[in-house]
Amino acid sequence: MKWITAIIKPFTLDDVREALAEAGVQGMTVTEVKGFGRQHGHTELYRGAEYVVDFLPKLKIEVAVANDRLDHAIEAISNAARTGKIGDGKIFVSELEQVIRIRTQEVDADAL
Amino acid sequence: MRSRHMLIASTSLAILPFSAAAQTTVAVLDHGDTAWMIVASMLVLMMTIPGAALFYGGMVRAKNLLSVMMQCFAITALVTVLWMLYGYSLAFSTEGMHAGVTNWHSFIGGLDRAMLAGLKPDTLYQTVPESVFVMFQLTFAIITPALIIGAYAERMKFSAMLWFSGLWLTFVYLPVAHMVWSGPGSLLGDLGVLDFAGGTVVHINAGIAGLVACLVIGKRRGWPQTHMPPHNLGYTVIGASLLWLGWFGFNAGSAVAANGSAGMAMLVTQIATAAAAIGWVAVEWAIHRRASVLGIASGAVAGLVAITPAAGTAGPAGALLIGFVAGTVCFFTATRLKHKLGYDDSLDVFGVHAIAGIIGALLTGPFAAPKLGGFGTVTSPLLQLWIQAKGVGFTIVWSAVLSWGILKLLDLTIGLRVDAEQEQMGLDIAEHEERAYNLT
Repeated sequence: MKWITAIIKPFTLDDVREALAEAGVQGMTVTEVKGFGRQHGHTELYRGAEYVVDFLPKLKIEVAVANDRLDHAIEAISNAARTGKIGDGKIFVSELEQVIRIRTQEVDADAL
Repeated sequence: MRSRHMLIASTSLAILPFSAAAQTTVAVLDHGDTAWMIVASMLVLMMTIPGAALFYGGMVRAKNLLSVMMQCFAITALVTVLWMLYGYSLAFSTEGMHAGVTNWHSFIGGLDRAMLAGLKPDTLYQTVPESVFVMFQLTFAIITPALIIGAYAERMKFSAMLWFSGLWLTFVYLPVAHMVWSGPGSLLGDLGVLDFAGGTVVHINAGIAGLVACLVIGKRRGWPQTHMPPHNLGYTVIGASLLWLGWFGFNAGSAVAANGSAGMAMLVTQIATAAAAIGWVAVEWAIHRRASVLGIASGAVAGLVAITPAAGTAGPAGALLIGFVAGTVCFFTATRLKHKLGYDDSLDVFGVHAIAGIIGALLTGPFAAPKLGGFGTVTSPLLQLWIQAKGVGFTIVWSAVLSWGILKLLDLTIGLRVDAEQEQMGLDIAEHEERAYNLT
């Protein structure tokens, strides 16, 4: 099993969710986050006082998938979140050791 | 400029060779004037609550929103009580005043009207009930100390703010209002200073006090390195809009009548405000390649301030110029001067109110002349400019010296500032144990 963490532009969320659903992903977690990468920040100016806003608002989505679904999921996120401009985000993939569904105590593949 | 000519009229009749009864000008209540002045009083009150409260509140950080709104509200209540106790009397009593005579009462009114003594439902001021005039002038006395809070916002103790506002009203506002508006025998009135609706009394007075206040109390911790952007410019726009609307009560109401002077005051106020908003944003666009929301709102306020003393005497063209000059100059004083000189006038009370007030007060002189499109009795624009400059200079010195004295006294006794931890927490929690936004 794999744990996918993706940082995306907030307005792409609906497209990403739909694409993941089509790829067979059954659930996801979304968090509002701030950060910077190559896009850096932007400046704001209030009555001559200039502020550099270093951290831009992004969304972090987290998805657990079975190994055979990984490529589909990555492709779904990549296609749906890509605008071609700097700041589209990143996808991180890591090993996932164990999953337990609390209600039924099912584990691993059955719990996904 | 208003005067109490109705009261003077009856005393000069004795020397006239006619039957006094046939000639006496009996003050008669005018329903139209009265209705308008009641509405104007409400409009000016609306400028402070919620106008200034929202205008300033939007510009502070979220943790200090309530403190600013509380300050506006508390000043409204405090000044009302002081006005009733002695404020109206010290500002508008004509006891001991004689045209052309400079004495103690040229500076400050007597206490014969304290507790509003002598005020009855049928007492008149010109053609309106005196009760309405008391109320109208009260709303001016409220907004003036409320304007100053923008300079010391986000760091003054609530208790110190109350003491400062009360003492400042007593020793700065009331004398200046008296010196300009109390009629023959008043210091600046007799000098010939034109101030229709309060350019010197309200805006220069408050703007200079603001500068002195931010210098005495010191910078906010972390300014200017720390980001302190406005937390809700939407509030600021709503506040500026309410100020614009309320200002018709302020300027057109200062005619103390529903007449042609009031109508013209309303129109020139609109023109100057629009010109200033455009002026500010035009300069901003040229320099920063952006037209900002805070810029257009600030420009409008600068225009409203600048046209205030001129509203009764300037023509439409004069108003256009006064507004445009105020908008463009205030862009620089609010965005550059402060950072260059390094004083933390949080919300630019000096950069907008004092500067636009001074521009307006000076230009009121020449643009009152008929040859420059004005409706005043000014024949020499340059001479009137000089008279206006004397009024401006006097107000600056009076406000600066006494404001400094009051602030120093309070700083040495009860202390002006909250401590570092309270300032970090924000005044809403630290001073009032409430927060504006409970978003969970």
